[in-house]
Amino acid sequence: MLKNRIIPCLDVKNGRVVKGINFVELKDAGDPVEQAKIYSDGGADEICFLDITASNENRDTIIDIVRKTAKECFVPLTVGGGVRTIQNITDLLLAGADKVSINTAAVKDVSFLKEASKKFGTQCIVVAIDAKKVSDNKWEVFTHGGRNKTGIDAVEFAKQVETNGAGEILLTSMDRDGTKSGYDVELLKVITDSTNIPVIASGGVGTLDHLYDGIVKGGASAVLAASIFHYGEYKIKEAKEYLNSKNVSVRL
Amino acid sequence: MNVTIVDYQSGNISSVINSFTEVAKGKVNLEVTSDTKKIKSSDKIVLPGQGSFKSCVDSLNKIKGLVDTLKEFAIINKKPLLGICVGLQMFADVGYEEAETKGLGWISGKVSKINNQSGKFKLPHIGWNEIEIQKESKIFKDIKNKSHMYFVHSYEFIPNDKSVISATTDYSSKIVCSVEKDNLFGTQFHPEKSDKTGLKIIDNFIKL
Repeated sequence: MLKNRIIPCLDVKNGRVVKGINFVELKDAGDPVEQAKIYSDGGADEICFLDITASNENRDTIIDIVRKTAKECFVPLTVGGGVRTIQNITDLLLAGADKVSINTAAVKDVSFLKEASKKFGTQCIVVAIDAKKVSDNKWEVFTHGGRNKTGIDAVEFAKQVETNGAGEILLTSMDRDGTKSGYDVELLKVITDSTNIPVIASGGVGTLDHLYDGIVKGGASAVLAASIFHYGEYKIKEAKEYLNSKNVSVRL
Repeated sequence: MNVTIVDYQSGNISSVINSFTEVAKGKVNLEVTSDTKKIKSSDKIVLPGQGSFKSCVDSLNKIKGLVDTLKEFAIINKKPLLGICVGLQMFADVGYEEAETKGLGWISGKVSKINNQSGKFKLPHIGWNEIEIQKESKIFKDIKNKSHMYFVHSYEFIPNDKSVISATTDYSSKIVCSVEKDNLFGTQFHPEKSDKTGLKIIDNFIKL
């Protein structure tokens, strides 16, 4: 039976791990390579790096981090943030990433996904959708870490990225990100019901129950969290044991 | 001993290189090449594969003499070869991803899309799944039944001769996830991404 995945995410800025509250007020807390190794030794099913400054700054730092991490961690590694061109993807994959997560570039031109998936395979193309609730049962896609409104309906967009070659969707609720109040389960449910590719839940985890909700109520194939693991509130193993005790199958 | 990872310019093989480098440290010589001379003089070959069946077969065929060299190595000289993911799938006679494409024809069978029971099972099959060992395989030495391996694929290899199947995994049906036929080994899962258990499988192959 396929197991539900737990994915710790490391937000990286200038080569250091940070996690912001609603993407502001960044706290500096650690070396990404070392952190990734701790997670992978602790049973993380995948590791995710999000380069949160990639849009404006030099990308070589993240490439170097990916290269070092890939030599030490033998679980899948996803890298996102500022992935806009085929060359960006090539560079990250050559450095040792297994998947890249594409956000703004997919919103700007969804056919970029077609090109990317044709060249590298759908298995390594994750589309990161940042969505914000705009009215009852309606969510809109945002870009640039939640700063830019796009007017695009999140559900429609999710269907489109699937058709265009995304292998997975990384769905972040911008309303919940950094709040520790739990995933937006309604949003998750509507997206997992309207697509046939795996969805990774993100944004808002504060307790282990939230992970349970993301999988069981939201239908997510994987749950991503940053701060609850990063600040040591819970170990990956504790999260897995908790889910297992509630009959959610995980890799123990 | 020389182990060669065949780099035929298809998909991302960094993880395969990293994991074999880690396991091979100080034990064997590792080459990453498509040079047919070097392949001929190797003791073991790893054939990775990412992307579609068609794109991988096309890429193999683009390199002059590569398919014949691999065939001579694996089928005539019967030296150990490990196919990973699409690398395994290409052992088949035919694949149906993108378009009907002729495979290497080393293990009779076909590669078709996983029956996801009308959307009940999401595709690709991504993540950690348990393997059910069907027969003893040299690459499973010290690997427990029901070990978790990392999968990413939407197509499955269906061999005609079921006796080649060394492990299956459960995803909508029993999917063939490992084969062994004489000197030919293949895994649908990614040992290079399957943590310590995966590295053990790589170690078993290197130590053959």
